[in-house]
Amino acid sequence: MTAAMTESQPSMAAQQDTLIRLQNLTVAYGDVVAVDGVDLTIGAGEILGLAGESGCGKTTVANSIMHILRPPARIAGGGILFRGDDLTAQSAEELRRHRWRNVSMVFQSAMNSLNPVMRVGDQFVDMMRAHERISKSGALDRAGELLDLVGIDRRRIRAYPHELSGGMRQRVIIAMALALRPELVLMDEPTTALDVVVQREILQQIRDLQAELGFAVLFITHDLSLLFEFAHRIAIMYAGEIVEEAPAARLRDEARHPYTLGLIRSFPSLTGPRERMTGIPGSPPDLSSPPHGCRFHPRCPHCTADDTALYRLQTTVRPVLRDIAPAHRVACHLVEQRG
Amino acid sequence: MTASISAPVEVRGLTKHFAAGTGLLRNRSRVHAVDDLTFALRAGTITALVGESGSGKSTVARLLARLYDPTSGSVLFEGNDVTSERSREDVLRYRSRVQMIFQDPFGSLNPVKTIRHHLSRPLRIHERVPRSGMDARLCELLVTVGLVPPEKFLEKFPHELSGGQRQRVAIARALAAEPTVLIADEPTSMLDVSIRVGILNLMLELKERERLAFLYVTHDLASARYVADIVLVMYAGQIVEQGPAERVLQRPLHPYTRLLLASVPDPAAGARERIEVRKGLASAAVDPPAGCRFVERCPLRVGICSEVTPELVAARPGHSARCHVTAPSPAIREDNHVESAHPALPR
Repeated sequence: MTAAMTESQPSMAAQQDTLIRLQNLTVAYGDVVAVDGVDLTIGAGEILGLAGESGCGKTTVANSIMHILRPPARIAGGGILFRGDDLTAQSAEELRRHRWRNVSMVFQSAMNSLNPVMRVGDQFVDMMRAHERISKSGALDRAGELLDLVGIDRRRIRAYPHELSGGMRQRVIIAMALALRPELVLMDEPTTALDVVVQREILQQIRDLQAELGFAVLFITHDLSLLFEFAHRIAIMYAGEIVEEAPAARLRDEARHPYTLGLIRSFPSLTGPRERMTGIPGSPPDLSSPPHGCRFHPRCPHCTADDTALYRLQTTVRPVLRDIAPAHRVACHLVEQRG
Repeated sequence: MTASISAPVEVRGLTKHFAAGTGLLRNRSRVHAVDDLTFALRAGTITALVGESGSGKSTVARLLARLYDPTSGSVLFEGNDVTSERSREDVLRYRSRVQMIFQDPFGSLNPVKTIRHHLSRPLRIHERVPRSGMDARLCELLVTVGLVPPEKFLEKFPHELSGGQRQRVAIARALAAEPTVLIADEPTSMLDVSIRVGILNLMLELKERERLAFLYVTHDLASARYVADIVLVMYAGQIVEQGPAERVLQRPLHPYTRLLLASVPDPAAGARERIEVRKGLASAAVDPPAGCRFVERCPLRVGICSEVTPELVAARPGHSARCHVTAPSPAIREDNHVESAHPALPR
């Protein structure tokens, strides 16, 4: 199992079997378009990493798939197809059944989303009985099995959340997310609030469970270095758009979008030479008035007036995602022109 | 004393214990949050204090900022013991020289006050500039932390700035008092990755240009390697390893340092081992018995580890660790015939 954290290729079957497809998904908060025309697929049994800075829209993508957007947020265009069925066309009751059964979610700081005055086991029972016909004792048995699965002593079903450490609570949440055997688990910064050692333990565990149970994961984080080890495929999001997408190893070694490259160069490394890094100058744009043309152009080191024709493209025309290699897509005028 | 010039702050045997539990449940248990720490912060040097939450690293920062009084031990500022100084003037003088930057740039600035207000307050309190020179000094501070043009920022409110800009304001505010020591407690952990490097680079610039002594408290080992000259690794209230940054992070002695390093996602690292999942950090500092506090989680433990508390032993020049196996004291080595360096560790 030593290679479990680094092995980066999903099986061929997984790649062919599309579980969820976002088609030109557009989500607006009032007049502010937070997710602007996102195309993305997740294959069955695949770990897709979605990375970007705060405010880039990555959490909104997850909330759309889970169908838990709250007004003023609304899907302003496009579709979300789960095994070919468009979720945006479904009734509230159909969507209620969709949640947890087909897709479950582990939220950012989920460890605080447990009810503090309810025993852990009872929270499992509540959730399971809301979705399927199961006796209380049957549900408790399942809860015990699930806790075993995530490495917590099953007797802890009698514990209250405050009796568990942050890492254990996060495992409980992951166990709950797996309870109805969903095909897709959305994880939004599930380890951000945790220490490095606990983070690593939990990631190993998610990876083991994923290999055993075969669910797909959409893993959202700002920590790209973590995705290189953990994800099969990675999509990079900037200001509401996907700007690059590739298999994890390829993105690590052959990223092309200047934003992706900037992100990669923002992480100091524990190995190799100690070099001064530059990060990315400036900050992400205000989405109520995003820059014209390429949204990254005000921060892009390659957007200069030297090449007048290119500069005009960069500042007036929105680049579109284009294949530059199998499974590798980039939205960048420079890459398009120079190959 | 020449030593006091190069090391503006020294701590000796610094210790802070808290009572465990609260209210009616309060018992006699003591949490040894910080136990017998001795180190120096030197001018023009960044010292990183690394460890997990609960290791006591933030308590150290607060003790140095004199937000807590130590249970025992002393803090020396420019050679003078300041632990017993209590008068307002003394504390003010110390705090003007030892400034702190907090984790949360959203919480540490007053939302209804302008940047001008935040920066001019320390100048007035510590009487650093005459009223007439105020504007020039404010602009100078903003330029120092890379907020240019400074005029553009003076009248802004915190909510008009990005997270990275706010943290720069917090650093400018700390610099306003003209400190010789800066204590930064996780200054980048709330910031976006693309912004973090900018703050780390600013720390490096300030270290070089202003010859400041920095204590950089963090759980992020890669950023510690990026900025630090010296690394102190803390576990359950004790320093378990200390030495030059590259030595500690490239050739670690203590098994806890190895565990931390193995846990960090590192894109350049290639194939990696799985880490052993073990438990037991939270309670290791509560009424610790004799023996090593890491023993429950340690893959290298031997019999003596749960009996005798290891001392910090210099296993290599300037590089010491608190481990019977990888850095045994001469006495232990004779008693137990353990190797001076464990074969399981990279040399």
